[in-house]
Amino acid sequence: MKFLEEYRDRQAVGQLAQAIRRIVTRPWTLMEVCGGQTHTIVKTGLQDLLPDTITLVHGPGCPVCVTPLETIDRAIAIASRREVIFCSFGDMLRVPGSSKCLFDAKAEGADVRIVYSPLDALQLARRHPDRQVVFFAVGFETTAPANAMAVWQAAREGVLNFSLLVSHVLVPPAMEAILNSPNCRVQAFLAAGHVCTVMGFEQYEPLSSRYHVPIVVTGFEPLDLLEGVQLAVAQLEDGRAQVENQYARAVRRSGNRPAQQRISEVFEIIPCTWRGIGEIPASGLRLRPAYRFFAAEERFHIHVEPVLESSECIAGLVLQGQRKPQDCPAFGTRCTPEMPLGAPMVSSEGACAAYYHYGKRTQEAGGTVVSITAAGH
Amino acid sequence: MENGPKRQVELSCPLPLPATERILLAHGGGGRLMNQLLETIFLPAFANPALLARHDGALLNCEGTRLAMTTDSYVVHPLIFPGGTIGDLAVNGTVNDLAMCGARPLGLSAGFILEEGLELKTLRTVVESMREAARVAGVSVVTGDTKVVDKGKGDGIFINTSGVGVLETQQPIGPASIRSGDAVLISGDLGSHGIAILSVREGLEFEGAIKSDTASLWPPVRALIAAGVEIHCLRDLTRGGLASALNEVATAGGVGIAVDEAAIPTTEVVRGGCEIMGLDPLYVANEGRFVAFVPEREADRALTILREHSVSSGVVRIGGVVEGQPRIVTLRSRVGGNRVLDMLSGEPLPRIC
Repeated sequence: MKFLEEYRDRQAVGQLAQAIRRIVTRPWTLMEVCGGQTHTIVKTGLQDLLPDTITLVHGPGCPVCVTPLETIDRAIAIASRREVIFCSFGDMLRVPGSSKCLFDAKAEGADVRIVYSPLDALQLARRHPDRQVVFFAVGFETTAPANAMAVWQAAREGVLNFSLLVSHVLVPPAMEAILNSPNCRVQAFLAAGHVCTVMGFEQYEPLSSRYHVPIVVTGFEPLDLLEGVQLAVAQLEDGRAQVENQYARAVRRSGNRPAQQRISEVFEIIPCTWRGIGEIPASGLRLRPAYRFFAAEERFHIHVEPVLESSECIAGLVLQGQRKPQDCPAFGTRCTPEMPLGAPMVSSEGACAAYYHYGKRTQEAGGTVVSITAAGH
Repeated sequence: MENGPKRQVELSCPLPLPATERILLAHGGGGRLMNQLLETIFLPAFANPALLARHDGALLNCEGTRLAMTTDSYVVHPLIFPGGTIGDLAVNGTVNDLAMCGARPLGLSAGFILEEGLELKTLRTVVESMREAARVAGVSVVTGDTKVVDKGKGDGIFINTSGVGVLETQQPIGPASIRSGDAVLISGDLGSHGIAILSVREGLEFEGAIKSDTASLWPPVRALIAAGVEIHCLRDLTRGGLASALNEVATAGGVGIAVDEAAIPTTEVVRGGCEIMGLDPLYVANEGRFVAFVPEREADRALTILREHSVSSGVVRIGGVVEGQPRIVTLRSRVGGNRVLDMLSGEPLPRIC
């Protein structure tokens, strides 16, 4: 496939890994912000190819992982109503709420459907005017334009049986929260290429200079990631801190202006709670008053009890890059992709699931995995 | 930001119950949840040596004649898809399970559960494709059953087929026969069936020149046996794809398997479909592919024989059986890193972004 396989070329990857080895003189800790990047790193065993002195820690950029438990419970409660067709991206279905997940609700009779786009959900709403079609609008800036577009179209066409359950979060405030943490060990960021395709990278420039931290806008293929590492390490070795764009084939400094306009027309910025991390100021989106009619949480008056997270799950620390998944005592034993304690074990973008699926199991006892380490560690 | 143990877990602890008390779709997905179902419900209830071997078919001894028996049910939607129908799947799937035991199919049964309102035209098409698949495999449908359920209680047609076959070889073919150093061969490119089905399912709007790989695997297996190739294990790749099949074999045989991603064949259409849908071709369903474990010294001969059959003309070697990692499958990635190739967990889910 053109524009993909060039970025997975074994020889080019090997040469780039060598080039990184040549410039590294000290240990450095880099965070790849997006779960899709984590997935590539672990799935292709990229850490095997990097020098031991470079540590990659996995950031909070997995929308499944940071969606609060209460939002999942609210989704399940709405999905369970008889009049509702509840539409979601696939990997939200297995995320555990406080007592069950959307798959369980489906098994109990809820009409839950996997769609690939909010516009497919809008199409369902047009086709089923007698039903309430709710789309679970989860994600970062990457999915926001399509979600905004679906609401904008619904409003324009008067598709009144359509609504969104919004749980949108924004990346730069989360990066700033990580940098502000006293336990922060991140020395450079590989910023999420898809997010920057929409939003550009102007927002990162003040962040980079204020915290003196290199930020490299990075793509998702193995060569992208290695090149991102190379650029970040070169900055660190030189004592520079600036924003660089590795993913120039998709990202411009200003981003996609029409998409940004659509987002800000439909959504407004609010403080937001991130599962496992806590509340971060100005880090979420909700529908503006003019579009609030399409807000599912207001259309269906559902009271959801505040719920407590498992005290054992260290997802919050994993999402901030302070701990690795295998540092968790429940990892691979009480917490597995079939029975997850926390969301990072659910999504294929979640750091814990990526380590579980692709890590090297070092020991086994009676068929039960007792110890797992990440590839390359 | 708030970190650390700030709150106590009480009744609303998100820790799910140890096992869900309802059947989920993923219990039928051929992955880990299905294995749990087998281990906790079916195997304890029916325990016997033939079942506990957990091979594709059960081996029975009938007064000196060694027989293989197998059964499978088919619930695919849509009933007719690019490259096949639920009917070819039902014949080929059961014939293939027998073939994986080294057994020539003697006869098949076919049970039909039809939904009220089904068009006869559809039924005729399905039955015609079964007839053709049985002809290719050299087997007859020797007994059958038909039931009709109320509209809404079925999905057009469900088919169950069972098959009995006679073992054509004295070799014990199965995971227990696998030895360190065995070569691992795969009979062709992966994922065509799963992607063909997904391409026509409602809502995906992804169509392309792709056909299911549904096919009878008995002709190539018969050729291996006829040539006297030493075969240690055969496994057809169905739900859960190559990754799940390799894991099942590694677990059942207590062996380690290492494969090279760059050697695993996939077509551009399958790779493209998987990219779009966020799936991994190694986990996508197949209906006409198998993996063979043969001793290293037999590998070249097996490759030559399999290449002569159209259904396995794309056969390649993808790896081997290795020491030091019992019950673990590892993959050398396309770019040269190493990782575990795990069994499918639940249904393969499309990712958000």
